[in-house]
Amino acid sequence: MIRQTVISVTNLVKKFGSFVANDNLSFEVYEGEIFGFLGANGAGKTTALRILSGLSEPTSGKVTVAGFDAKKEPERIKRNIGYMCQKFSLYEDLTVRENITLYGGIYGMTKKLILERMANLLSRLSFEEFGDRQISSLPLGLKQKLAFSIAIFHEPRIVFLDEPTGGVDPITRRQFWEMIYETADRGITVFVTTHYMDEAEYCDRISIMNEGRIVALDTPEALKKKYNAGSVEEVFIRIARPKMTEKSML
Amino acid sequence: MKEVIRASGIGKKFGETQALKDIFFEVNEGEIFGFIGPDGAGKTTLFRIITTLLNPDEGEMTVLGLNTAGDFRELRKCIGYMPGRFSLYQDLSVEENLNFYATVFGTTVRENYALISDIYSHIEPFRKRLAGKLSGGMKQKLALSCALIHKPKLLVLDEPTTGVDAVSRAEFWEMLKKLRQHDITIVVSTPYMDEAMRCDRVALIQKGQLMLADRPQKIREGFGRKLFAVRAPQKYRLLEALRKYPLTETAYPFGDSVHVTIRNNIFDASLNEHLVRSGIENASITESEAGIEDRFLELMKNRI
Repeated sequence: MIRQTVISVTNLVKKFGSFVANDNLSFEVYEGEIFGFLGANGAGKTTALRILSGLSEPTSGKVTVAGFDAKKEPERIKRNIGYMCQKFSLYEDLTVRENITLYGGIYGMTKKLILERMANLLSRLSFEEFGDRQISSLPLGLKQKLAFSIAIFHEPRIVFLDEPTGGVDPITRRQFWEMIYETADRGITVFVTTHYMDEAEYCDRISIMNEGRIVALDTPEALKKKYNAGSVEEVFIRIARPKMTEKSML
Repeated sequence: MKEVIRASGIGKKFGETQALKDIFFEVNEGEIFGFIGPDGAGKTTLFRIITTLLNPDEGEMTVLGLNTAGDFRELRKCIGYMPGRFSLYQDLSVEENLNFYATVFGTTVRENYALISDIYSHIEPFRKRLAGKLSGGMKQKLALSCALIHKPKLLVLDEPTTGVDAVSRAEFWEMLKKLRQHDITIVVSTPYMDEAMRCDRVALIQKGQLMLADRPQKIREGFGRKLFAVRAPQKYRLLEALRKYPLTETAYPFGDSVHVTIRNNIFDASLNEHLVRSGIENASITESEAGIEDRFLELMKNRI
């Protein structure tokens, strides 16, 4: 099966002064793939993520996201991606409908399209009764489902998720992963960064970063086999043990 | 075995919200006792009661034989508490924070250094650095050192590993194990099921209620059904197809597989035929051991 490449990174280097945060990264992510992006604190994940989402320029190397160049067309990248993190995603003092309208507007969607998709979204989540409720009054699980739905409301090619299911109960978590699977099945690429290795197990492929480099990239199954490990966590601990240096603490 | 904590019918309300209800458990000396549950389950409220920072509305909490509501002065000397949010002084250095906590408890760093040396040695090279400038893993080690510096009998850790990478988390659990040699009882909470296996006993907590407390292995063994792990590359379609199979009772995504329970606990060729008819070829179906999370799901489901 030939799959379209939606993220292409070739020899990406990012330096801050003399500190090399991303040291010659090369990888590809495909359409409809659930890609896990792992690494210890300070390994360089956030730096790479900022470049992939058009927020920061590479020092050198070529990065293409959704067909656009990260150096020349970062604004077009931003329009074609979605982003959700666990800590902040929705405005707590706005209602569900207001949040949806706001995000739709930010991405330049027409009012008609927003209303159409909003009705669809609310019914799909069985959320109709919550439409006029303030976000702050919703339970965490519902908030996260809504935040994810809003992150893909403008139908981006790629959605970036930062520790999407931290802290939720196991049932909500499963429902959340089902939404992710469904999204990937529709052809939207899901790019997950996380500290939690059991989240990594859900991904189609994962990469593990250590000290600015990608030290492993494969399916969870293949990595477990290669390192003769029972879980991704074991693999991670074996290959991503950072040295306790001044640098790794920055 | 000596009892360090006894909770008898603890209840706590905040306005209309029932944060804790009818909580009973005991923690024995030298145990690592884990509270596992999602955000909002009541873990922090319970820990605030154990550490004498909050009084229960109902029931009684006894720690080291003393009542948390009445004998809080005495108890605070014997408890080390590491709250969920990093609460050291960010504008003091590593060393200053540690000295401060030692002084507050009327001791010195030197007196109890042996207790923290394993942990503190990791951050000692940075002792002049401001606490606010440390990485997540380092902050956690400093907070643990400060919570231990007065040689508490009971150490209470509220989500110490949240937001910390897997390597630091593994190191952290190793440190907790070593603390056992010093006869310190440890109560720890986490939203992460995979950490349950590292505790001597765990309590599963959900919506303010304690669903079960036991040894992790016992909790897993209590899963009442045969569990099958089904794998295929097209995960969403696999999940949908499994849900449509008439004999499926539950089907949940679980890492790289879907965990399924089937009526009568047996699967036959009809399951594979059903999958093939649904467009899923070469699915692998294996019997699997239930984990803590499977059991948690089962318990939650039975309560709804």
